[in-house]
Amino acid sequence: MPDPSTSAVLCRGLIKRYGDVLAVNGLDLEVRRGECFGMLGPNGAGKTTTVEIFEGLREADGGDVEILGDRWHGEGRSLRARLGIQLQETKFPEKLRVREVVALFRSFYPGGPGVPEILALVGLEEKASAYVRTLSGGQKQRLSLGCALVGDPELLFLDEPTTGLDPQSRHQTWAIVEALKARGRTVLLTTHYMEEASRLCDRVAVVDHGRVIALGTPRELIASLGAEHVVECAVAVGSAAAFPEEDLLALPSVERVSRNGEGWRLTVREVHRAVPALLALLSGRGAEPTLLTTHHATLEDVFMALTGRRLRDG
Amino acid sequence: MAEHGGGRTRSAFAELTLARIRELIREPEAIFWVFVFPIILAAILGLAFRGGSADTFPVAIVDGPQAEGRRAALEGDPAMQPRVLSEAEARQALARGHVVIVVSADETPVYRYDPTRPESRAARLSVDAALQRAAGRADAFTAGHAEVMEPGARYVDFLVPGLLGMNLMGTGMWGIGFSLVVARNGNLLKRLIAAPVRRSHLLGAQLTSRLLFLVPEAGALLAFAYFVLDVPLRGSLLLLVFVSLVGALAFSGLGLLTAARPRTIEGVSGIMNFVMVPMWIFSGIFFSTERFPAAMQPFVQALPLTALNDALRGVMLEGSGMATVGPELLILGAWGVVSFALALKFFRWQ
Repeated sequence: MPDPSTSAVLCRGLIKRYGDVLAVNGLDLEVRRGECFGMLGPNGAGKTTTVEIFEGLREADGGDVEILGDRWHGEGRSLRARLGIQLQETKFPEKLRVREVVALFRSFYPGGPGVPEILALVGLEEKASAYVRTLSGGQKQRLSLGCALVGDPELLFLDEPTTGLDPQSRHQTWAIVEALKARGRTVLLTTHYMEEASRLCDRVAVVDHGRVIALGTPRELIASLGAEHVVECAVAVGSAAAFPEEDLLALPSVERVSRNGEGWRLTVREVHRAVPALLALLSGRGAEPTLLTTHHATLEDVFMALTGRRLRDG
Repeated sequence: MAEHGGGRTRSAFAELTLARIRELIREPEAIFWVFVFPIILAAILGLAFRGGSADTFPVAIVDGPQAEGRRAALEGDPAMQPRVLSEAEARQALARGHVVIVVSADETPVYRYDPTRPESRAARLSVDAALQRAAGRADAFTAGHAEVMEPGARYVDFLVPGLLGMNLMGTGMWGIGFSLVVARNGNLLKRLIAAPVRRSHLLGAQLTSRLLFLVPEAGALLAFAYFVLDVPLRGSLLLLVFVSLVGALAFSGLGLLTAARPRTIEGVSGIMNFVMVPMWIFSGIFFSTERFPAAMQPFVQALPLTALNDALRGVMLEGSGMATVGPELLILGAWGVVSFALALKFFRWQ
């Protein structure tokens, strides 16, 4: 039986070098039982290396890693039986049928759901007899997810589960992970999509250059910016000059203003106070907004505030 | 989620073996190269070197006053196929190898032929004898003939065990090596060892599926050779199966070793060729290893395919028993064990 007093993952001072490159640089991390924990960071931040050390697929050069209260030694089969692992990319044999691949992985585990249940869980019932070769990218990714679930794992590792997928496939994958969360399963996922981290994760570690640079719930991380909302507004060409930035900054609840083409980007505490005042200001001077949007500040904004860079290039 | 879902579950080893067999039988090209190609090769080479028809000499007679008489004289010998051609045509036919000798139109004939070609030298003797006889020479005596055409001494009999050995080498090395490198390249090996599967099962399933495949593979070629080409099996079938098994295992070990490190198909292909090409040449598939100089013999005899071919020929053609093929089996076993041990030591799992 799992010991609920231990953490799912406990990692202290993790170090991994590739030649002269320090891929993981003294990383500390704790994943609690029953939470969905995200490691958010750009490509090359050391996320995959870290997760593969947790998965017992790489050896660390320093630090201490405990998985479900256990440490890696030898082939580690008893520990592996308690884990579900999805690698960033796995090419399953093209000439096998979906059902056969799941049955193959199912045979490695002492217990767990049956093949039909797994296929239903990842929405591949209709593809059960299809060759792997004929699957779309999203279906292959769901097959890979299914293979990670065959052992009814206590802890599930998902390494960039939706990278390279189209939006529809991404939402399907998210729905599956949300269903797993609802069953109280512990998940550690890595991603460089801030939407993914904020939607799925209870807590997020922002990772850059092999270290955790911020840690908290998505809400806490965003709150650390000081204002939770962003209002973007634009007016007809040439009219923007009539509104000096001081006037906008004087509006209720506005924290910051930056010029953005023929409009502005306002960081605000409360949308319902800032937006009516903004509209009143515009109409009072005979201008109409050509664009008006508001959104919650995102983890992307957090990453930019911390590093000055975007999560993804371009 | 249920702890144990419906449906029976096979053991991990059985599933891994089954997966590998499914992959193989769903690959039509692999089926062709493994099963059909050796049979086609045996059939073609068996026919080409069947004997009999290869021993008739096409002869050109240059057109002239005596041409027809000479043709009649040569037609008396069933081993000769004379035809009358113009001077130019005759020279061209000789140059192209369509005839092996040209008889000139002169009163006293001149034989034009390439003395480095054995069949041309043989044809010269036959042509000369026939023409002399037609011109009135009497034979001092007529010798008897005992022609060796019995199964077991023909080229095709020599060839079939060699093809079997070559096939065991090729499928053992490619069958194991190729699939492992593809699995490594696509992160599948890494994904498999991330699951609680025994690594020995992963590799063991590769070998088992390989050995299961051996039965139809060797069986098809041997049945074709035995029933269609009349190639004999003088030794015990059981010993032949055992020799094939040891050979297949030795080459599976070599396949495992060549695939222990490479990450790409290009990489493993290069190593495979480096290992196999010398054996295609030196291990007596198409001609006897005795043609190589004595200084090379220690190298030639130490090759695993030489040992396998010698053992297969011994059992099939000479009826050798276990004691006779023992040394060859030891050589094969040594190759197998050493390459397995090295492969496991250096195997790259990801």
